[in-house]
Amino acid sequence: MLQVKDINVYYGAIHAIKGISLEVSDGEIVALIGSNGAGKSTTLRTISGLMKPKSGSIIYDDKDITGKPAHKIVSMGLCQVPEGRRVFANMTVLENLEMGAYTRKDKDGIARDMKKVFESFPRLLERKEQLAGTLSGGEQQMLAMGRALMSKPKLLLMDEPSMGLAPLLVKEIFNIIKEINASGTTILLVEQNANMALSIADKAYVLETGRITLSGTAKELASSEAVRKAYLGG
Amino acid sequence: MDTFFGQLCQQLINGISLGSIYALIALGYTMIYGIIKLINFAHGDIYMLGAYLGFFATTALGLSFFPAIIFAMVGAALAGIIIERVAYRPMRNAPRIAILITAIGVSFFLEYTMILFVSPQPRTFPSIFAATVYNMGPLVMNSQQLVILISAIILMTVLTYIVNKTKAGKAMRAVSFDADAARLMGIDIDRVISTTFALGSALAAAGGVLVGVYYNSIDPLMGMMPGLKAFVAAVLGGIGIIPGAMIGGIILGVVEALVSGFISSTFRDAAAFAILILILLYKPTGLLGKNVREKV
Ligand SMILES: Nc1ncnc2c1ncn2[C@@H]1O[C@H](COP(=O)(O)OP(=O)(O)O)[C@@H](O)[C@H]1O
Ligand SMILES: [Mg+2]
Repeated sequence: MLQVKDINVYYGAIHAIKGISLEVSDGEIVALIGSNGAGKSTTLRTISGLMKPKSGSIIYDDKDITGKPAHKIVSMGLCQVPEGRRVFANMTVLENLEMGAYTRKDKDGIARDMKKVFESFPRLLERKEQLAGTLSGGEQQMLAMGRALMSKPKLLLMDEPSMGLAPLLVKEIFNIIKEINASGTTILLVEQNANMALSIADKAYVLETGRITLSGTAKELASSEAVRKAYLGG
Repeated sequence: MDTFFGQLCQQLINGISLGSIYALIALGYTMIYGIIKLINFAHGDIYMLGAYLGFFATTALGLSFFPAIIFAMVGAALAGIIIERVAYRPMRNAPRIAILITAIGVSFFLEYTMILFVSPQPRTFPSIFAATVYNMGPLVMNSQQLVILISAIILMTVLTYIVNKTKAGKAMRAVSFDADAARLMGIDIDRVISTTFALGSALAAAGGVLVGVYYNSIDPLMGMMPGLKAFVAAVLGGIGIIPGAMIGGIILGVVEALVSGFISSTFRDAAAFAILILILLYKPTGLLGKNVREKV
């Protein structure tokens, strides 16, 4: 479904991504783990078209999307829940969800998916007329996820959905991620919380300072000595 | 006391009429600032362009008021789209100061191109409306003031509807809040920015036509002072905040009218800049501005 082939990405002179390749197959949850500053967000931003790689290519759904503008990529069914949620705080919950469906024209389908989102996140329904900026961190994460789901993605990129949330909420969010995947959406999940990520992923990559240093099935990585030392606390 | 009160009400009427024109121009400043953080110094010249388009429509094309103002708005909207496309878009990632200087350049370009084509001489705007004067007790309101008020109210209502209720308007708010997040929702921000320039320019053009109707005289440099004042109005209400521009424009118009009615019209222009200084000193985010929210 997604093949990233040897991409190099720069911020001015800073070489942030140094030849990363990765692959996500239909129906999988793939985790991308690594410490702060490793280049996880940059990788997702590049896949989504917010940044252009200097070299390398990104193939999605058998089409080369390298350098394609971000808004076109979304309409191909590839959506991202960005780091820090980035909900439109000046707009209501409902308007945020409508923005998620921006590329769609099928009114009935949008209404149906809106109902589904409210079923998965009943707390959003209670607050649908509220400004997104007044929601708690957990609710904002739910809104960011719901908003992305409104685009009816085939592949969902998620950047640190557990960031800044209490452990109980993290569990809830991860359960929802599993449900989203079970209902047919492929997921590329970026996490610093490697424990949680590996517990739900099929496959994982470890990123260190712009390079992939390890990859394998989530089980293999979870039991690997190196990963346990560096990311799972021993 | 009675005459004082009458005079006060009279100046309020004058001030609100003038202020609603400032408000129309200020809306464009604030919308464009909201979406690309640019103080579009050429905005006052779009207003001038609108006045000339209205002049051309009424004289050469013989249109009446309503089609003429629509003509001017559409023409200015196109001009706004082209200016953004040609002058500002290539500078999108340049330092803020570079694009500000570009805007000043565009302003000069519009002023002197107009001088080249229509000469620097002021033109007499045809009187489209019979100059009826309505007496309401001691108060006087003329037909032009009525037209300005009604037009401004309609335009602001339509704008508020567009921004709050339509898909394009919601996309504008989304882009102005967080452009990258908007792109991740599939919003083509270039298109949204074009729409914003079109809307803002159309409103300024409407202001230009209304001023032509009110003062009967237009010239290629007529946009400089109202442009600056509308900028003050936008800052007064809180730059980037749409209702702020409306309120700021009206307040500015009223203050000016009061100053010229009760003190001296010589101080009229000074009042606007005194307001700017005061607001920058005491509430730089403007009347409706919240505490500055820095994105992380
Ligand atoms: N806007 C930026 N400008 C310059 N350097 C950046 C920018 N964003 C990230 N970087 C650098 O790129 C590297 C990767 O960052 P990022 O992708 O955000 O890492 P992660 O998401 O894994 O924490 C870091 O060294 C970071 O300092
Ligand atoms: Mg990150």
